[in-house]
Parts: sequence; C-alpha cells; structure tokens
Amino acid sequence: MNPLIPLFVAVPLAGAFLTMIFGKFVKNLNRYIGLIVLLFLAIISYYSIVTVSGTVSVYKVGGWEPINGIPIGIYMVMDSLTAILLCIINTIGLLAVFYSFTYISQYTSENYFYALFCLMVAGMNGVVLSGDLFNIYVFLEISAISSYALVAFGVEREQLEATFKYQVLGGLASLLILLGIGFIYWKAKTLNLADIKVALGSAPEKIHYLLVQMLLLSGFGLKAAIIPFHAWLPDAHSSAPSPISAMLSGVLIKAAGIYVILRLFFNMFIISEEVAILITTLGALSMAVGVFLAIGQWDIKRLLAYHSISQMGYVVMSVGVGMILVARNTKPEVASLAIAGGLFHLINHAAFKSLLFLNAGAIEYRIGTRNLQEMGGLSQFMPATSSTSFVASMAISGIPPFNGFFSKLIIIIAAIMAKFYLLALIAVIVSIITLASFMKFQRYAFYNKEVQKDEKSPKEVPFPMVASMVTLGILCLLLSLLVLPQVRDIVLKPAIDILMNSQMYISPILGM
Amino acid sequence: MVVYLLCFILFLVGLYGVVTRRNLVKIVISLSIMEFSVFLFLALIGYVHDGVVPIVDPANPDARYVDPLPQAMVLTAIVIGLATTAMLMSVIIRIYRKYKTLDIREIKNLRG
Repeated sequence: MNPLIPLFVAVPLAGAFLTMIFGKFVKNLNRYIGLIVLLFLAIISYYSIVTVSGTVSVYKVGGWEPINGIPIGIYMVMDSLTAILLCIINTIGLLAVFYSFTYISQYTSENYFYALFCLMVAGMNGVVLSGDLFNIYVFLEISAISSYALVAFGVEREQLEATFKYQVLGGLASLLILLGIGFIYWKAKTLNLADIKVALGSAPEKIHYLLVQMLLLSGFGLKAAIIPFHAWLPDAHSSAPSPISAMLSGVLIKAAGIYVILRLFFNMFIISEEVAILITTLGALSMAVGVFLAIGQWDIKRLLAYHSISQMGYVVMSVGVGMILVARNTKPEVASLAIAGGLFHLINHAAFKSLLFLNAGAIEYRIGTRNLQEMGGLSQFMPATSSTSFVASMAISGIPPFNGFFSKLIIIIAAIMAKFYLLALIAVIVSIITLASFMKFQRYAFYNKEVQKDEKSPKEVPFPMVASMVTLGILCLLLSLLVLPQVRDIVLKPAIDILMNSQMYISPILGM
Repeated sequence: MVVYLLCFILFLVGLYGVVTRRNLVKIVISLSIMEFSVFLFLALIGYVHDGVVPIVDPANPDARYVDPLPQAMVLTAIVIGLATTAMLMSVIIRIYRKYKTLDIREIKNLRG
C-alpha cells in the first residue's frame, strides 16, 4: 500500500473546493492555492518516479480486499509508466499555473479558472492512476468536462463554437468508450484491467474481441486526436487561453488518449498483428497529414495545434511498430527500442509544445493578435520570448542538441531496424517539413521587419510568464539527458518492461 | 436478443440525429438519445431472468440476484451525462446570445 497514491486525486479536488469557497473573500488566494497544490503534486510525483523503479504498488480504495482472489474494490495502481505521466502532468501544470498569474488577470472570474484547472489536473491524475476501466471513464469525464469549460473561458464567438464542436465529439468519444466497457463487462464480468486479461483468457472469442478493440480504439483515438478523429483539436486548442492550450496540447491528449491506448493494448488485450498494423498506419497518417495541414496556417496557435496532431503521430507510429514486433514475437530488443522512442518523444513533446503555446500566449498578451502576417521584428522587444521560442522550435523540428532530435533519431533507427523503411522515410520527410514550418513561424514573428524602438513598441512580458517559459526552455535541453543509458535505465526502462511483459503488471495486482 | 437490437437501433437513431440535424438543440437531444441507449445496454447486461433485488436475504439462500454492478455504473454515467448536457445547453445559450441563431450552417467562424 503506497499512501501517496490517493493524494494525487484528493489534493487537487480539495484545492478546487477551497478555491470556490474561500477564493471570493481573500484577494489572490485562488492563485496561491493553485500554485501550492501543483507544487505539492509535482514534488510527490518526482518522489514517486525515484522510488517506484520497476515495482507496481496498489492502493485499494476503502480497504476492500479481494475475495477468493477476485478483486472487488476500486484499485489505484502506480507503476513506472504512471509515474512518468504523473511527472509530465504535474510539472507542466505547475508551470502553467505560474504563467497564469499574470495571463489570466486579463479575464474576469479568476476563481473559476483556478478551480477548473485543479479539477482538470485531478481528472488526469485519476486517469493515469486508476486500475479499472470504469474509473478511467469517470476520471476522463472529469478532466474532459472541466476542459470544455476552460476552452470556452473567453466566451467570445470562436471559443463558444470551438467548445461546442469539442463537446459533441468528446461526448461521442465517451459513448463509444462506455459501449466498449459494456461489451467487455458482458463477457468478462469484471472491470479490473488485470482481471479482464485473465478472464478473457488466451483464446478469446474473435469477433467480440475485435469489436471491443475497435470501440475503445476509436473512443480513445478521438480523445487523442489521431488523424481521422482530429477535427475538434485545432479549434479547441487554439481558442483556449494559452496556459490551457499548453495543458490540453501538452498533457491532456497524452494522459487521456495515448496513455490509455498504451495501457489497454499492451496490458489488457493480447496484441494481434492486424490491430497493431492498424495503429501504426493511423500513426503514420496523422504524422503526415497533420504536418501538411499545419504548414499553410497563419494563426500561430492553429499552426501549433496541427503540429500536435503530427507529433502525436510520431508517438503512435513508434509504439505501433513496437506492437507489431511484440505481436510477431520477434526482435524484442528492437520492439523495446521503438517503445522507448515513443515514450521519449511523448515526454519531449510535453515540454516543447507547452513552451510553444506559452510563447504564443506571450505574443498575444503584448500585441493582441495571433496572425503571423501582422507581427514581425519582435525579437528586439521580447528577448526572452524570442529565445525560448527559438529553443522550442529547434526542439520540435529535431535539431541537435535539443531533446526532439534524440527521440526522433531513436524512432527512425527503430523503424529501420524493424525493416519498416517506408515509415522511417515518412518520419524524416515530416521532420523536414516541420522544420520549414517553424522557420516560417520564427521569421514572421520575430524577424522579418525592422521596427524602430519607441514608446509604443511592445515590452517583454511580466516575470511569472518569463520564468515559466525559461524553465521549460531549460527542460527542453535537460531532457536530452534521457538518451544516456544510465538515465534511461532509471526512467524509461522499467516503463517499457511493464508494457512489454504484462505479467509484471498483472501479478502484483491480483496478488499471484 | 430483440431488446439488444432495439437498443442498437436507438443508438443509430441518435447517431443519425447528431449527423444530420442543423439545430444545435436537436444535436444535443440526439446525443442524449445515444447516451440513453448506451445506458439501457449497460442495464440490460446486468439483467438476470427471475432475478431479485441484490440484497442478501438469510431466509432465502438460493435466490438468484441481478448483477448490481452495471446498475451502479449506469447511475454514475447518468450523473456524468447530466453534467455534459447541462454544460452543452449553457454553451448553446451563450452561442445564441452572440450569433442570434441556432443554425449550425451560420456558425462557422473557424475553418481550415
């Protein structure tokens, strides 16, 4: 029993509650509650990633012990993959809250902002921690409903339209997930992930199994905005306030989409080759189509949102290659390399994409537009924004020594070693187009125009925004260290082992 | 078997509404129809023929109980569905104030 596990959900829920009750009476209390909650969560998530190291610890809510070896209570499970996701969620959350100190003060009703933010973090922490399918659905809805409200936070025309689209498609995704859960419960008569794997057995009924897999893949694919399901993402992510865009793009699509797909398809289902090929194809498709849709955009945040689709394509494609190899039961070292590349890119994407959204927010905060054609020459007025966005742009386009280079390199090497030459070629081409589109962003936003400095020219953004951006910029460099074998063995290796060998996940939960 | 089929037809009716209706409120109603067909399906899963309420009765140890877990799931899902619908309706009220219309063809600022 790890007593820290329930705190990841309980503390942000309490934070949201306290903000709504006392936030009205004391000025600025809401933002300090948000900061303290996220700081605490970040610290315990770092503590967990250091202590978890390959073990799986289970927290049984309410102390309901299994009867006759059948788990009956609600299980919260902490393993290495969960710990990585918790670190991402809470670090980005902490920096986004600190950034909001000045950014959100241009809106009214700050109380609601911080309360919804805490709720969203509680939902995402719950999704990655819960060990049964129905609780994944419940926490997913908590984070989704608070993100619907946060996308509409500006209540202008675009925000409302985006949030309506997001909610209808999100509601559809939830229904598909719920239907899939119903079908699983029909056959397995249990909802615990580990127990479902045991109950469905090694030779499941083929049609039922495929139906469930497709329902859950399309449901969580909608949440993760993989290509045929991507229509809501550019609208929702570009209309939200910038710290929320950073959270949605940097964290929510990973925690609610990619993480659950990984967990379900590696640890709950027995991977079949057809499904693995389908997932790889969807990944490659999102990678290519996302970047082509991105390059024509002139709105900064829409451009970044389309790049999120494309970069998530890298993660899905790489993990899919790993799945194919696991299903064929050949070359386990290449499979683990491919999954490592995917996870590494997932972590990196959280750092550089949230940084880019915060940069876009800083530009919007000072000059009030998101259209690239209306800006220019900002590098002389906003040095911190300009340099951090340069770091992030280079990281996302895969230029050494930034983190994006190493993860893309691992992905491409793994694809070549697995003899998927076409996928490797697509990955290289997409990376080059990404570079081109970020050169455009850098040139139009920060250079291009010679502007005389006078009293009306924009100033650098206030300290909390600069501090968050610089921290993320440093993270972009530091995360490159994950490529070193010593660091990789501590952080990535246990998570990959859990994914590759689902017995390691199942035995501690069922107490076998 | 017939009930499951009817349940599926209800799901398709909802899906048809979401895809074809032009009025925002009607889209939300269709989404609710889909939602309730899924809830109905979940409740059907737990049904046991001749089952009784799942409260253990010492006088009758051989009773067949209906499965209570799907009912608990449906209750939770109904609460979540209510929150989603309330959120959608409040967004629609705001959209009507800004656009003065509920026709989805006239609400298209975001393109490309």
